[in-house]
Amino acid sequence: MHIETEVLIIGGGVTGTGVMRDLALRGINCCLIDRADLCSGASGGNHGLLHSGCRYVSNDLHSAMECRKESAILKTIVPQCIEDTGGLFVAVKGDDLLFAEKFPEYCETASILCESLTPRQARELEPLLSKDIIQAFRVPDATIDPFRLALLNVADAGRNSDSSYYPHTELLNFSLEKGTITTAVCRDNKTGKKTTIHAKQFINAGGAWAMEIACLAGCEDVSLLYSKGSLLISHDRLTNHVINRLRPPGDGDILVPGGTVSVLGTTSVRTDNLNDIRPTVPEIDKNVLEGAAMIPALATTRYIRAFSGVRPLLQSGGSGDDREATRGFALFDHEGQNISNFCTITGGKLTTYRLMAEKTADLVARRLNNSTPCRTHLNLLVDDESCRWTEPGASPKYWYQSNDPDNMILCECEMVPQSAIDEIISGAPGYEKEMTLEAIALRSRAGKGPCQGSFCGIRIASHLYDRDFYTDQTGLTHMRNFFDERFKGTRTITWGAQAAQMELAEAMHCGLLGLDMIDEPSGEK
Amino acid sequence: MVERTRNISTDLAVIGSGLAGFAASIFALNRNIRTTQVGDSGAVTYTTGYLDLLGYHFPEPMDLLDDPWRGLQQLKELHPSHPLSRISGNDIRDAFGQVTDFLNECGIHYSSPGGKNLQALTPAGTVKPTLCMPETMLPGVNAFHNKKSAVIVDFKGLKGFSGKQVVANLKNRWPGLTTCRIEFPDARPGELYPEPMARALETPYNREKLATRLIEAAGGCNYLGLPAILGIHKPDKVRRELERLTGLTIFEIPTMPPAVPGIRLREMFQQIFPQKGLTLIPQQKVKKLILHKTRATLELTDNLGPVMIETKCVLLATGRFLSGGLQAGFHGIRESLLDLPVAQPESRSNWYKKRYTDRNGHPINQAGIEVDSSFRPLDDQKKVFSKNLFAAGSLLAHQDWIRGRCGAGIALGTAFKAVEAAAQYLRK
Repeated sequence: MHIETEVLIIGGGVTGTGVMRDLALRGINCCLIDRADLCSGASGGNHGLLHSGCRYVSNDLHSAMECRKESAILKTIVPQCIEDTGGLFVAVKGDDLLFAEKFPEYCETASILCESLTPRQARELEPLLSKDIIQAFRVPDATIDPFRLALLNVADAGRNSDSSYYPHTELLNFSLEKGTITTAVCRDNKTGKKTTIHAKQFINAGGAWAMEIACLAGCEDVSLLYSKGSLLISHDRLTNHVINRLRPPGDGDILVPGGTVSVLGTTSVRTDNLNDIRPTVPEIDKNVLEGAAMIPALATTRYIRAFSGVRPLLQSGGSGDDREATRGFALFDHEGQNISNFCTITGGKLTTYRLMAEKTADLVARRLNNSTPCRTHLNLLVDDESCRWTEPGASPKYWYQSNDPDNMILCECEMVPQSAIDEIISGAPGYEKEMTLEAIALRSRAGKGPCQGSFCGIRIASHLYDRDFYTDQTGLTHMRNFFDERFKGTRTITWGAQAAQMELAEAMHCGLLGLDMIDEPSGEK
Repeated sequence: MVERTRNISTDLAVIGSGLAGFAASIFALNRNIRTTQVGDSGAVTYTTGYLDLLGYHFPEPMDLLDDPWRGLQQLKELHPSHPLSRISGNDIRDAFGQVTDFLNECGIHYSSPGGKNLQALTPAGTVKPTLCMPETMLPGVNAFHNKKSAVIVDFKGLKGFSGKQVVANLKNRWPGLTTCRIEFPDARPGELYPEPMARALETPYNREKLATRLIEAAGGCNYLGLPAILGIHKPDKVRRELERLTGLTIFEIPTMPPAVPGIRLREMFQQIFPQKGLTLIPQQKVKKLILHKTRATLELTDNLGPVMIETKCVLLATGRFLSGGLQAGFHGIRESLLDLPVAQPESRSNWYKKRYTDRNGHPINQAGIEVDSSFRPLDDQKKVFSKNLFAAGSLLAHQDWIRGRCGAGIALGTAFKAVEAAAQYLRK
């Protein structure tokens, strides 16, 4: 396959999709590729916290202020992806009192609102808080759904400049001519076939992979450290606010509500291996034990999933603590590397993705002699039917509204009906023939409930056979791969009720259906 | 109102209502042992109806086992601690024979346990090795084996069972296989569930209406496969009647659990056991089990109030995590009723392999209770925990019934040996 475009963006995280939308609003046609799928790196592997900035007031004032500004913008332009929960910072007995004392001062320096609460007031707001709370502040934290955000960015770019997104398309190398990249040579990881993409400008939005991608173009100026973080999802939503530990950033110090669940994290472990990132039992245990100091129920609650992400940290010398490293971002124009049409954006965080995209798009538009200014802080991100299924708790509403008894519920945990699956396979960003179950799950709530897809994986596959979407063993292979993938998130948290769930799942998937014995089809890795 | 405690006195108390518990009760009945069975979850409803003896070698060489009896010999050499390695082939034959005879006598006909595994059909269009199965399912195996042209019929509204899926996955090995979707007689729009469909087919009116649609769907094929919905109480009669009305050979394919074949077994046992003099307290969990030297006390509560069972000996068939026999905790795995020592991986980090569908299964699957040659649980000194306590079924250590496709083999074989040992104990 060969693709012609003005700009190739490599990496389908929130930043890559943000750049795509930004350029599209300036009338520039882009092609976005990802070796896996949207938000498969750090964009999907985080708390979903829209930072007020307070987390960084003590050690990274610049990031704190960026977060303050950007979170305010995002609350205006993408309200459908945001729940304005508010946040609390709480100190428990034994925490550093000096830090708690200075906190309001830090916040004031960063111009972030911060309201002091008595421990009693805090416990009235959040009854599950520990009785050992000694100090509390209320801050303007919120939560954001990065998956819907990325989907909407891609859909918007498609509408505005006919830009396209290609999943499972991995960059292999660049063709260079006299200091200019002419073509990106890619492989379709599903079919193994080559794709060449010809563009005028090339943007590396590879997140943690940005250093590897820059090296493919011979650029050695991007230097990253990788800090792996692991998080857990509880079966129930435990608090209404984002709860932060009032101390310098540490393990298990943030609990973020996300629709019907809560997300606890995170740990910080230096890693060199980017390609097999998954939670470990010690990381999970650390989060649970630390989190329980703020919210004792975290020690006994049911968890349904764990996951990991890698923070790309810009190497800047200094101390060895990854949490001390800057959480700011960097845009490399690579002009010092003698390449004129390539740039790299990395570092940063979910909350500042739009600003990162703006800076990148400014550079690339200038290089294309396009003087249209950025609009992403002004233009509301409009909704798209096919992108609405990731919102927690929304599926039942849409299902009920459709009022069609033949529209069967395929994922019973999250009430995802077959019409959602049909809508996704025929129109969601990145949809294609023979979409994998992981790709469908990424674009919906399917498989996000307590059974983690063990039932709905089977039902969705059956439905897709009914739709003639699958006509051979592909559906079985997709089922097997989907369950293998979901298992990465459940294998470290399978105690309590989840062990029963796992036993039933294995009995169905392996004992009955024999998915452990199906042959590897040719052409797949 | 003060609830009066009912006292039950028995010789053998079977705790558990999965396949192992029910099999134990059958063996105890055959030995004329005064027996009371108590069970909580109705784990038996999770069965497909297939009775697997041994489908794959565990952990390797994982070949499809045509001859499970030869497989058992190899298992003995490779894995002497596997529960099935500790039971003679004759005892296992006897166990399967007694259970299928009992089921046949009670109106759920099973194929005879033979010398070879059958290639059983699954709702995904895969096949699995099993030793014997309900007769309602058997013609499907033969049709597949002989490549007869057949049609798989599925129903509008019955999700998770797709005829197209079965055909798509079997078409290379079964060229004459087609599918057809029909509406269930008098079905309202919306979702259908196998259990009410099965109950509906117990009446002639619904069978006649369905038969007309099946004839049309068959389109000239002689074999017709349906999801397992052919009645709850008299599946063989329902099938016979439908065959008479259609002139076709009809067979069932199991649906996803909990499913009709399991509900059939549960309801049959609930009806037959009391008639045979066995006390069955279904759907209740034993709250407390106290072992004395020569007797034991079980405490539970049912709809009528508290129950106290005094028994001479106890057979634990409480299953694993799903049925609550074992509990997986943050700090390790425990046995629920007596806190018996559980053989288990060293730490939670070692519970699971990296890949979910790893053919060799996960170490946690091998966790469980260790027993002596009389199937009596061991204490942490590896001595008999109590002379009047026996254990059977998936609760036992050193087996992976899921990967080995040996769930019924372990349930029936170990229940057989445990009841044999309990009988010996009671004779003394």
